[in-house]
Amino acid sequence: MKFRTFLRHIREGFKNISRNGWMTMASIGAVTTTLILVAAFLALMLNLNQIADNIENDVQIDAMITQTANQEDIQALGESIKKLDGVESAVFSSKDDELNKLVESMGEEGKAWEMFEQDNPLNHVYIVKTKDPKDTASIAKKIEQMDAVQEVVYGKDVVKRLFEFNKYARTIGLVLIIGLVFTAIFLISNTIKITIMARSKEIGIMKLVGATNGFIRWPFFVEGLLLGVLGSILPIVIVLTGYYYLQDIVSQQTTYKFIEILPYSPFAFQLSGIVLTIGAVIGVWGSVMSVRKFLKV
Amino acid sequence: MIKMKDVSKTYDNGVSALSEINIEIDRGEFVYIVGPSGAGKSTLIRLIVREVKPTKGTIYINDVNLNELKEKKVPLIRRDIGVVYQDFKLLSKLTVYENVAFAMEVIEAPPALIRTRVMEVLDLVGLKHKVRSLPQELSGGEQQRVSIARAIVNNPKIVIADEPTGNLDPDTSWGIMKVLQEINDRGTTVIMATHSKEIVNTFKNRVIAIENGVIVRDEHRGEYGYEI
Repeated sequence: MKFRTFLRHIREGFKNISRNGWMTMASIGAVTTTLILVAAFLALMLNLNQIADNIENDVQIDAMITQTANQEDIQALGESIKKLDGVESAVFSSKDDELNKLVESMGEEGKAWEMFEQDNPLNHVYIVKTKDPKDTASIAKKIEQMDAVQEVVYGKDVVKRLFEFNKYARTIGLVLIIGLVFTAIFLISNTIKITIMARSKEIGIMKLVGATNGFIRWPFFVEGLLLGVLGSILPIVIVLTGYYYLQDIVSQQTTYKFIEILPYSPFAFQLSGIVLTIGAVIGVWGSVMSVRKFLKV
Repeated sequence: MIKMKDVSKTYDNGVSALSEINIEIDRGEFVYIVGPSGAGKSTLIRLIVREVKPTKGTIYINDVNLNELKEKKVPLIRRDIGVVYQDFKLLSKLTVYENVAFAMEVIEAPPALIRTRVMEVLDLVGLKHKVRSLPQELSGGEQQRVSIARAIVNNPKIVIADEPTGNLDPDTSWGIMKVLQEINDRGTTVIMATHSKEIVNTFKNRVIAIENGVIVRDEHRGEYGYEI
């Protein structure tokens, strides 16, 4: 193909957009509606995933140290905890630190605890984090058996249920996303197919005048790409503005601290990129696949 | 140039359009195809441009066997043949100019040449003033002339015209005939299906008469031979 023919195809693709006025609007409308849905779902699922990750990563093991343990015992215990496979960190927190944390977390009511400052009943603690949150249970068991450890505290049942819940949530989310993308592909390519069906006669004429399949297909390729890109403009605008406000709302609430959505930048831009890519790919795919049917003249 | 050997065509719905057709048309000939409606004239044309394949027999265009022609090569054969269709087959979304230019874009002609040549042929068929019109804004006769302009714009070796004067008033018909005769004089093979007794009897050329899918007459410098 000569370069000027390539330019001609691009020009024709653009012209077709305006030549087929209402049909173009219908296609762009279909792309826009489905992409808004896809974007909303993607944002929801990816954020739920993120929240689940946050919760999982927050899981920690508190290894309470016996009151009788001396400095050396504590030191040794720290060493052996860090040596365990799968342990990311073991941070020592003295009983005074623990009391401070307790007082802080209780707010106004915490003042009552301050009287324990003289005679602190709490234990020194090693706060252990695992590399993989799933190892929490087995590592906790190992720490429990070590000397100088009085008790190990971690949300046993909570952790187990949380992992199960997250597993299901992720699978369901994935299935939903895949289903939605396929629906989008189906809807968009069907609309495009109808607009092209109306032009099957034209395609036949082009072939009779001696046009090769490639010559006919290229402008449709460009047109499909444009439909996809034009159709994704509104969804991208919605993503960029909507997510901005969503982030605002979420960051202002303090009731559920662990709910923290993905940061606006880069997430909103990444999501826009995904939306644009899906739009462009589906536009081209729907257009080229539909033309193929009418090229056999 | 065009050779048909024992060609028969039966459509999928069982209609037998042509049977045992044998025709040989040489370079530079002018041939009328005459016969009543439904005799098989249009099928003959569709076979030559490979719009349909024969049920039986072989067709050669410039020594290329259409039966053995690969799907990818079909456009190349069509570029050697300019066809004026009975229903014009114009691209409805394109202007008169764009319709004619399309045939040249297909062969990747240089843009400057496209501009001058398209205007040249539109002038030839008397439509220079309608270049920006869409086909539906034109009369039947004008659409037909656009179709003719498109058929000849690439100087094809063969021009096939299916009733090119069917919708035209006598004056325009005469003009079209002059155009066809002119390109024939320059060496282009012209095949024309027609119902016009006046034209066949005035511009004397070879006449092939088809009735019920069979050739009943093939004479050089023949007469129309039907009373209408």
